[in-house]
Amino acid sequence: MAKAAAKTKAAAASTSVERRPALAGRTLSAPGVKVEMLPPAERISLRAPQASLAALSKALGLTLPTKPKTSATKDGRTALWLGPDEWMIIDEAGKDPLADCAKVTMLHSAVGISHRNVAISVVGPAAAAAVNSGCPQDLSLEAFPLGAASRTILGKSEIVLLRSAADTFRVECWRSFSDYVFTLLSEAAGDAAN
Amino acid sequence: MLLIRCPYCEEERPELEFRNAGEAHIARPTNIAAESDDDFEKFFFIRANPKGVVYERWRHIHGCARFFNAVRDTVTDRFVMTYKAGEPKPAKLPGASK
Repeated sequence: MAKAAAKTKAAAASTSVERRPALAGRTLSAPGVKVEMLPPAERISLRAPQASLAALSKALGLTLPTKPKTSATKDGRTALWLGPDEWMIIDEAGKDPLADCAKVTMLHSAVGISHRNVAISVVGPAAAAAVNSGCPQDLSLEAFPLGAASRTILGKSEIVLLRSAADTFRVECWRSFSDYVFTLLSEAAGDAAN
Repeated sequence: MLLIRCPYCEEERPELEFRNAGEAHIARPTNIAAESDDDFEKFFFIRANPKGVVYERWRHIHGCARFFNAVRDTVTDRFVMTYKAGEPKPAKLPGASK
C-alpha cells in the first residue's frame, strides 16, 4: 500500500515522465470487424493456492473463478482463469489490484504486469473469424461463450483471449509482440467478412 | 490438427497449444550424489523409445501451462488418454486391443 502511494506521488511530481503504450490509438476498420488498440489498464499476474482464494477474492472485490476457461467481471475489474492456480486480473477503472493484494496476508504471489501487456479489441459480426485466422481454438458461442477466457496462441505469438461480448474479443499480448499481433489481426479482418 | 485433452482445462484443445516433454514416470533418484555413473547414465540419458504405446509428459504451455501425462501410440499418433501429473500409471487403458 505504502509503495503504491509513493508511486502515484512520484508520478505526479515528475510531469515529464510520459507513458507511451505500444501502438497507442491504432485502429483498423474492415467490413464486419473493427480492430483497435485499447487504452492502458492495470494488470497483475496472480498465483495462489486454494486456501488463499477466499481472502484474495475479498480483497479484490470479485470472486476469482475456479472453473477452466472462465472469467469474472465486477466494476471494471476482470479476473481471468489461466491455470489451476493462476489468474490474470485486469483493472480498467484505474484502481490498483496490486495494492489490494498487498493487504492479504495469506500465501500468494501478485506481480504487476501492466506495462508488459497491451490489449487489442476485435469487434464485429466477423470478429470470431478474424481471431480464428491465427487462433486454433473453437470460438463458436457454444464452445467459447460470453465471458470465456483462455491463454492460447495467435499465429506465432501467445495471447490471452477474452470474450467480453458475443461479438467482442479482447486480445492481450506482450507489448513486444503487439505489432505482429495487430498486423495479423488487421490482415485477417480484411478477409474475415468474405 | 490433433486435439489433445488437457486434464486441467478439462477439454480438448488444439495441438499447437502443447509441447512434448519427454518420457513420463522417470523417478529422480533420492540421493543423486550416491548414484554410480552407469546408473546416472540410465536415469539421465537412456529412454525406452518403443514402437507403439508410450507414456509421455506433455505441457499445455500456451494454455494453463501445466505438465500432465499422456498415453500415445507412436504408430498411429493417437492419444489414448491423458491424466494429471503425479497420478500413477493407469493400470488399464481404455479401448486397449492387447
